[in-house]
Amino acid sequence: MQKISVLLFLAWIGFLFYAGIALFTSGFLLTRLELNNHSSCQEPPGPGSLPWGSRGEPGACWMASRFRRLVLVVIDALRFDFAKPKLSQVSGEPPVSLPFLGKLSSFQKILEIQPHHARLYQSKADPPTTTMQRIKALTTGSLPTFVDAGSNFASYAVAEDNLIKQLTNTGRRVVFMGDETWNDLFPGAFSQAFFFSSFDVRDLHTVDNGILEHLHPTMDSGEWDVLIFHFLGVDHCGHKHGPHHPEMAKKLSQMDQVIQGLVERLENDTLLVVTGDHGMTTSGNHGGDSELENSAALFLYSPTALFPSAPPEVSRFLRTYSAVAQDLQVKELHRLQNLFSKASADYQQLLQSPQGAEAALQTVITELQQFLRGVRAMCIESWARFSLVRMAAGAALLAATCFLCLLVSQSAASPGFYFRPLLIPVVWGLTGAMVCAGLLAATGLKLDLVVLGAMAAVGSLLPCLWKAWIGWGSKKPLTALLPMPEPVLLLLLIRFAGFFSDSFVIAEARAAPFLLVSLVLLLVAQLHWEGKLLPPKLLTGPRFGFLTPTGPSRHNGLHALGLGGGLLLCIRVSGLFHRCPEETPACSSSPWLSPLASMVGGRAKNLWYGACVGVLVTLLAVVRLWLRHYGNLKSPEPPVLFVRWGLPLMVLGTAAYWALASGADEAPPRLRALVAGALVMLPRAVAGLAASGLVLLLWRPVTVLVKASTGAPRTRTILTPFSGPPTSQADLDYVVPQIYRHMQEEFRGRLERTKSQGPLTVAAYQLGSVYSAAMVTALTFLAFPLLLLHAERISFVFLLLFLQSFLLLHLLAAGIPITTPGPFTVPWQAVSAWAFMATQTFYSTGHQPVFPAIHWHAAFVGVSEVPGFTWLSALMVGANTFASHLLFAVGCPLLLLWPFLCESQGPRKRRQPPGNEAEARVRPEEEEEPLMEMRLRDAPHHFNAALLQLGLKYLFVLGIQILASALAASILRRHLMVWKVFAPKFIFEAIGFIVSSVGLCLGIALVMRVDGAVSSWFRQLVLSHQRAGEQSSLVYTGAGSSAREAQPHLLPSCSQEPLAPGTSSFYNLKP
Amino acid sequence: MKDTDIKRLLYAHLLCIFSIILSIFIPSFFLENFSILETHLTWLCICSVFVTAVNLILYLVVKSNVSSKRSSLSYKVTRFLKCCIYLLMSCFSFHVIFVLYGAPLIELVLETFLLAVILSTFTTVPCLCLLGPNFKAWLRVFSRNGVTSIWENSLQITTISSFIGTWLGAFPIPLDWGRPWQEWPISCTLGATFGYVAGLVISPLWIYWNRKKLTYKSN
Repeated sequence: MQKISVLLFLAWIGFLFYAGIALFTSGFLLTRLELNNHSSCQEPPGPGSLPWGSRGEPGACWMASRFRRLVLVVIDALRFDFAKPKLSQVSGEPPVSLPFLGKLSSFQKILEIQPHHARLYQSKADPPTTTMQRIKALTTGSLPTFVDAGSNFASYAVAEDNLIKQLTNTGRRVVFMGDETWNDLFPGAFSQAFFFSSFDVRDLHTVDNGILEHLHPTMDSGEWDVLIFHFLGVDHCGHKHGPHHPEMAKKLSQMDQVIQGLVERLENDTLLVVTGDHGMTTSGNHGGDSELENSAALFLYSPTALFPSAPPEVSRFLRTYSAVAQDLQVKELHRLQNLFSKASADYQQLLQSPQGAEAALQTVITELQQFLRGVRAMCIESWARFSLVRMAAGAALLAATCFLCLLVSQSAASPGFYFRPLLIPVVWGLTGAMVCAGLLAATGLKLDLVVLGAMAAVGSLLPCLWKAWIGWGSKKPLTALLPMPEPVLLLLLIRFAGFFSDSFVIAEARAAPFLLVSLVLLLVAQLHWEGKLLPPKLLTGPRFGFLTPTGPSRHNGLHALGLGGGLLLCIRVSGLFHRCPEETPACSSSPWLSPLASMVGGRAKNLWYGACVGVLVTLLAVVRLWLRHYGNLKSPEPPVLFVRWGLPLMVLGTAAYWALASGADEAPPRLRALVAGALVMLPRAVAGLAASGLVLLLWRPVTVLVKASTGAPRTRTILTPFSGPPTSQADLDYVVPQIYRHMQEEFRGRLERTKSQGPLTVAAYQLGSVYSAAMVTALTFLAFPLLLLHAERISFVFLLLFLQSFLLLHLLAAGIPITTPGPFTVPWQAVSAWAFMATQTFYSTGHQPVFPAIHWHAAFVGVSEVPGFTWLSALMVGANTFASHLLFAVGCPLLLLWPFLCESQGPRKRRQPPGNEAEARVRPEEEEEPLMEMRLRDAPHHFNAALLQLGLKYLFVLGIQILASALAASILRRHLMVWKVFAPKFIFEAIGFIVSSVGLCLGIALVMRVDGAVSSWFRQLVLSHQRAGEQSSLVYTGAGSSAREAQPHLLPSCSQEPLAPGTSSFYNLKP
Repeated sequence: MKDTDIKRLLYAHLLCIFSIILSIFIPSFFLENFSILETHLTWLCICSVFVTAVNLILYLVVKSNVSSKRSSLSYKVTRFLKCCIYLLMSCFSFHVIFVLYGAPLIELVLETFLLAVILSTFTTVPCLCLLGPNFKAWLRVFSRNGVTSIWENSLQITTISSFIGTWLGAFPIPLDWGRPWQEWPISCTLGATFGYVAGLVISPLWIYWNRKKLTYKSN
């Protein structure tokens, strides 16, 4: 019951977080579907022939081109009022002079001199007003959004129908110069292009000067039909200085000169378009939807007169989009469709009877304008508006859940903690959701799952929070709410704050190890400060004999130092496997992230392959060595057998797969089919093996070796064969005791057989590490398929991951005291270090929180033909990306178990000094054997409370990360980098959180499963012995060193040998 | 513990601060184009030499009468050599720690090493002056209840604040402000210097305010 309530409560907390994330996402992420239909000249837009049709002109499509050539000048962030004259002409107000006013004087001049040849419009830019989204909007004619669902995330290339593509299709030569973003959007579309990096926002001149250098030669060469310039100087000047700076005046004057030069060179058949892609706020930023950001200038000029006839309108977009998208309002859609059909009917009528229909034309124009406005409004409703309410509510929900985690994790540590109240909020949440759903269904409103979930979450959270707050506030002061030590709090705060800086998000691959290293050094320093690091002997020199260590030093100091040093080394080395986010020019990714197949040069490839296989074998050996050390490798249980035989098979399969994958191209043609088949089958086999291993582990998780024997176990009697007379006294000394012992045993055996009532004794080995053995085995089974999804050389990182977490666990265990009967706690520094390490490993496995950096090749492991977007491939890519989150979350309970596991080393250290051997011989059983993890079983209430607390603490540390990224994305939604840095970071954090929380629940469930299995195992044991009608006592042994010697010692006084370290102890059965 | 002790401590610390200020201004009289940011490595060397010199002078002035009982030349020479070895060792170990923290391994070795040198100047040199090349004594001072005098207490404070300053100095590095002082290792050396100066200022004040509470066991 306790276990179920713990799991349910954790799942409920996870649900609260999910609801918050979903609510925030629905308010923040602007998504729309992408249409892949492309127009072609052969298919006219509507029924019937077009009255303004192309009439067979060359290069024309649906209609004849008015201008043969086009010069498009995009001046980034050219706000509408930048094109205004110097003095504002608002009557009644004193004229104000601003630096940016009147600098584009050529517009005014042309408008005055040639009013029929030029137009200046205010164009409205739709949010998000960031450059990439705006370019997409300008070229595709749709509204920009952040996530265009449907196409591939791997590149930013525009997949929808767009101007550039249509122009190239009709044989126009498109020449581009300027912002590099166009290269990402239209790779290879330009006949000639000069790209300049837009990365450095402080650099006002590089891009512009680069364009100016190529502008005149290109224009004069005449090898173009469409010429596109994208100037960035104004935008960068805005970011750096703001619009009210003299630099802006200079920049605009420069742009004015450029336009003037262009106008002078224009020929009669050319149209000049000068446009800003968006505006800027008074501080020079953009990205949001304020009036200043939305307004951009649009200037048209041609040496021939503009607009002799009215341009046509079509409604194809809405028709196609509404067929695909489901989230448009049906009513409004109908209204618009009716409006359009009416307008087109009027239009047709007008065409058929053209004489004297001025009024009819006016109505058609109004109708069409109404239609377009309506379409735009409806699309905006669906795609392009931040919902501040939802964002705020989502963030608040996340924050409240974090707070709840903190409160409950605090109260779980107290001894008088009840589990039953935990279930109440779950029930509340369920009923709330049911009632809401019922109400909504009854009133017939459309059911919004996000809102429903959020309402259920809030409904169940509030009473719980209120209760916890009341219970807390009456007892303790507010300052006790943050119980963690200050340095850890500081580190977590730094981590929290780092999410609000785009530089720190980009540099997180270096910042996370930095914090982790700091935490490790802090742990070591703290150990030293507490006097636990170095043995007191070293400190209390001859002169300073006063120092008394605060506690018994359970670990050798150099041991802890070595752990810390090794840990730092591992972190640094795994940092070498680093991938750059796209944005940084001065950063080169590690060459080791690419698969071996991409390497040329057989020798290096072979060496690397050998190294990778060596890493696999080492990983296997490390795990086996660990299990052997704690004796769990001796058990005859199926999971252990699987570890012994299945794991090497998995290693073999992985190695074979790598060999084939890296050399598939070199295979002889006869074997091609075979190789291809093996490439598909091997990964599946490895994954299948891993899955069956996990199933076995879940079925029989108790890896315990049981030996029952009647009476006292035999002492080991090995009679060495001996022939001939003894040659020396030493021989005699050796043989005589052996004979004596043998006789003694024989005698005792006979005695017991006659008595036949001797107590039955069962010796069970490895109970002390039964939980962590299951955990480690499960982690290994998980790690192998994940490893297969990565490139070969990342296996180094996986090995480092295991080593690293092992070292960290040991280091943490050195600082955690074991409170024997009382409540067990996992300190905050342990949980924080664990979470930091998960983040660090995310980066060191070659990931970055940006979409182009996702390892897409993971979707092709073990798949025969290239599939489309399926759930399986999404799962595989997700498993690749969030492998570290998953492993660390599942392994989280180890934080609780490890200190108990390390307990076995303490007494051994004390026992082994050579001088004490004689003493150990005499009274060996006086040393109390380490109970290790059985201490946890002894106090099931505290065990469950500790698991709950551990889960809540980990969720809290993860929760503040997701909260920070959500807050950063919402507060900085006007920031330049919001769609490039903060929004992807939020998405990655959100998915990482979901993976982690699920993994955490699985890990805790696994521990509970083991616990249940151990209990039933005990029960069976007791039952079977009670049935035999014998008084039974149980011996269980902790560490495995004795297991290798095959026998525990029950009656050590009979034995002449010193006890092997950490062997046996009596475990009282309480049936 | 008397107020005169604290006063002496304060004067000694002021002298150290003064030496750092001198190291900023004096070289500009002799060297052309000297500035902290542009000729940073030169300044590092000079600052390190100045601070070491002041520490040595303070040591000779304050401690000469105390440790006069063992005055044989060979003892002094071995002690001095030992001190040098300790200093070198600390420089190298700091270098290793910086690399483990994420400093580049091969590029900018000199810069990283000079950061290690300046940090050693702020931490190891005072330790050597006050405690001698006695590693056990160092460990004792930097553990709970280990200090035995206000000098050791102030040593603890200045050393820890130098470390914290260096640590904090690493934070501006990833920011995209494009300032010259954000380059490795300038911000860290500046952080170390500020931390050291802060420690020098704070420790006498802290000791003064807590003089009632502080009791040293074998003073």
